[in-house]
Amino acid sequence: MAEPTSAAANRPEGAERLSEDRRDAMRGEPPFVEAPSEDTRLVRSLKEAAITAGLVAVLTIFFFAFRTDIAVGGLQLSLDPMLWITWVAVAFAARFALSYFVFAGERPTVAGWKKVAASTRGWPVGKVFGVVLLLVALTLPILLSVFLPSQNRYLLDLAILILTYVMLGWGLNIVVGLAGLLDLGYVAFYAVGAYSFALLATNFDLGFWVCLPMAGLFAAMWGIVLGFPVLRLRGDYLAIVTLAFGEIIRIVLLNWYEFTGGPNGILGIPKPTLFGLEFSRGEGSFSDFFGLEYSTIQRFVFLYYIILALALLTNFVTMRMRKLPVGRAWEALREDEIACRSLGINTVNVKLTAFATGAMFGGFAGSFFATRQGFISPESFTFIESAIILAIVVLGGLGSQLGVVIASVVMIGGIELLRNLTGLQAIFGAGFDPTQYRMLIFGLAMVLIMVWKPRGLVSTRSPSAVYKEKKVIGADLVAQGEGH
Amino acid sequence: MSAAQHIETAAEPILTVRGVETFYGKIQALRGVDIDVNRGEIVTLIGANGAGKSTLMMTICGNPQARSGQIVYNGTDITTLPTHDIMSMSIAQSPEGRRIFPRMTVMENLQMGAILEDEKYFDDDLRKVFELFPRLKERRGQRGGTLSGGEQQMLAIGRALMSRPKLLLLDEPSLGLAPLVVKQIFEAIRELNINEGLTVFLVEQNAFHALRLAHRGYVMVNGSITMAGTGRELLAREEVRSAYLEGGAH
Repeated sequence: MAEPTSAAANRPEGAERLSEDRRDAMRGEPPFVEAPSEDTRLVRSLKEAAITAGLVAVLTIFFFAFRTDIAVGGLQLSLDPMLWITWVAVAFAARFALSYFVFAGERPTVAGWKKVAASTRGWPVGKVFGVVLLLVALTLPILLSVFLPSQNRYLLDLAILILTYVMLGWGLNIVVGLAGLLDLGYVAFYAVGAYSFALLATNFDLGFWVCLPMAGLFAAMWGIVLGFPVLRLRGDYLAIVTLAFGEIIRIVLLNWYEFTGGPNGILGIPKPTLFGLEFSRGEGSFSDFFGLEYSTIQRFVFLYYIILALALLTNFVTMRMRKLPVGRAWEALREDEIACRSLGINTVNVKLTAFATGAMFGGFAGSFFATRQGFISPESFTFIESAIILAIVVLGGLGSQLGVVIASVVMIGGIELLRNLTGLQAIFGAGFDPTQYRMLIFGLAMVLIMVWKPRGLVSTRSPSAVYKEKKVIGADLVAQGEGH
Repeated sequence: MSAAQHIETAAEPILTVRGVETFYGKIQALRGVDIDVNRGEIVTLIGANGAGKSTLMMTICGNPQARSGQIVYNGTDITTLPTHDIMSMSIAQSPEGRRIFPRMTVMENLQMGAILEDEKYFDDDLRKVFELFPRLKERRGQRGGTLSGGEQQMLAIGRALMSRPKLLLLDEPSLGLAPLVVKQIFEAIRELNINEGLTVFLVEQNAFHALRLAHRGYVMVNGSITMAGTGRELLAREEVRSAYLEGGAH
């Protein structure tokens, strides 16, 4: 055999050589890459847009182009192509824009984002964002009355609603995000809290502040009641049982007429007072005491600060608990139950505390809901509520406190926003009713978020134990779906 | 514990297993097992796949519990105690398959090991673990799931050590590791035994390394102990060599 050249000498032999060749080939050398197309970017984008528009045209022809109306002797089929053509045009334009500006660039667009991300690394974005959010939340009533006085009341009401869901999300985050116990019946604790307060207040004439801790305790107790039978269950099986639990509570509330008022619900739930001062007109009221002019907005501001305080309490307790042994045990339980037991952790207690703590905050939120509405009925505690709360936790990123806030604002605020998108009528004609498409757009948004960020909006978790320096752990380091 | 003390107390049993029978449903996995682990010893249990080695380890931990027989640790009958009570009695286990917490950092994993201990020992224990496995110190902020197999095994042992055990149970620490890493791990176990006087009960398939490391060994076949003796004796025996060492002594 001839003396090999130096380059050839470096080449490995045999099987290793083969695998190396294969690896080289996979790297994108020909013939594994498609031949670059002859078309310019414009032509290619137009082609792709045309294909997309064609698909949309075929798929939607029966929904948009044809109309059935009730006529004499049955149904009458009429053709109404305008809506259909509009949608096809929208699809064409959207696909063209995507192909031309996003997909077909010389370089992947992602690279630019990576550069932006790299330049902000080492800068505590999450923390700064959290502080800004907190400041906005604390001053929101003032901001609203200064900048948007005309919609003040509506927006404040919406903020209260969002905060209620933030609190519920944080409560459920303890059970699902930290302890990894998939709970589809969280609304049960919300209902227990609401009904505890409503029944105590209407039957025994107790005020909000007395009932609040009691409602929390009742809910925590029910959390333990649910916890016991499901101790051995995990994952899908746990989900089914908790789902059933949520329904059982609702159906009991619906049918135990003598106690809960059944479908009629409970009326006349008292409003909260500020150290005995009521938010109403007349003697001994808040405005009378402080010499202010009475305005309904005062009560809204007060409610807003109550729910803000309750939500912040939830957050504070959760953050503290994450650093305590019990909170760390929750997270360890999510990771590996057998390893937990081998470390001498009593998993029964850990699970029950997770259920009880989560349920307690659900109960607090429930009493707040009852006092805000002044009326509750089983209607308010259907499965869809559990689903929305769970969606908030999952979209936000399991275990992330900030993620829950963002997801609540996006989901609850988004649903509200879609109610008012009358501007879209300019595009789709006067017959277009945006509220009908609300859930469709909402579902689409959820799908998009899950495609784009499969581990939720905020998918990093900061470790609770640090050795000198702190590091944020990226979700991309760990395979999807691990640790559930 | 110093080396001198270790010799004095060598014959005192810390763990006694007597006539233990364990079942998985109707299937009998252990058929009357007797084992003694004395204070300051490394004792190994070797055997083929499915012989019941891990079952014995799990039975000592109370999951599953023995249907008959008796397990005594440090003078206390632990046969019917729940797992978490057994594991909080200065016994630590590095379970089969390592079972570290994948999404938690190395530090958090170690902290989990010390979860039942007084906080005042933490810094000291952490320093010891980092001395034993310097690699863990380098990787302390990294997620457990992103460590290599050997590092994960070190973490599993380190986590077990954080609970200040007197008896360390190791279930197949060499599983799936490169020979060089296995050597490192076994070296660390030997160090722990000599320097700290830690008693180790080691379940292994890697008979050659395990028997060389151990003071005494047991051989398990089909749920029964068939041979017992010092590590050297067992290594020298023809039955052991042919069944467990042929082609494996590297």
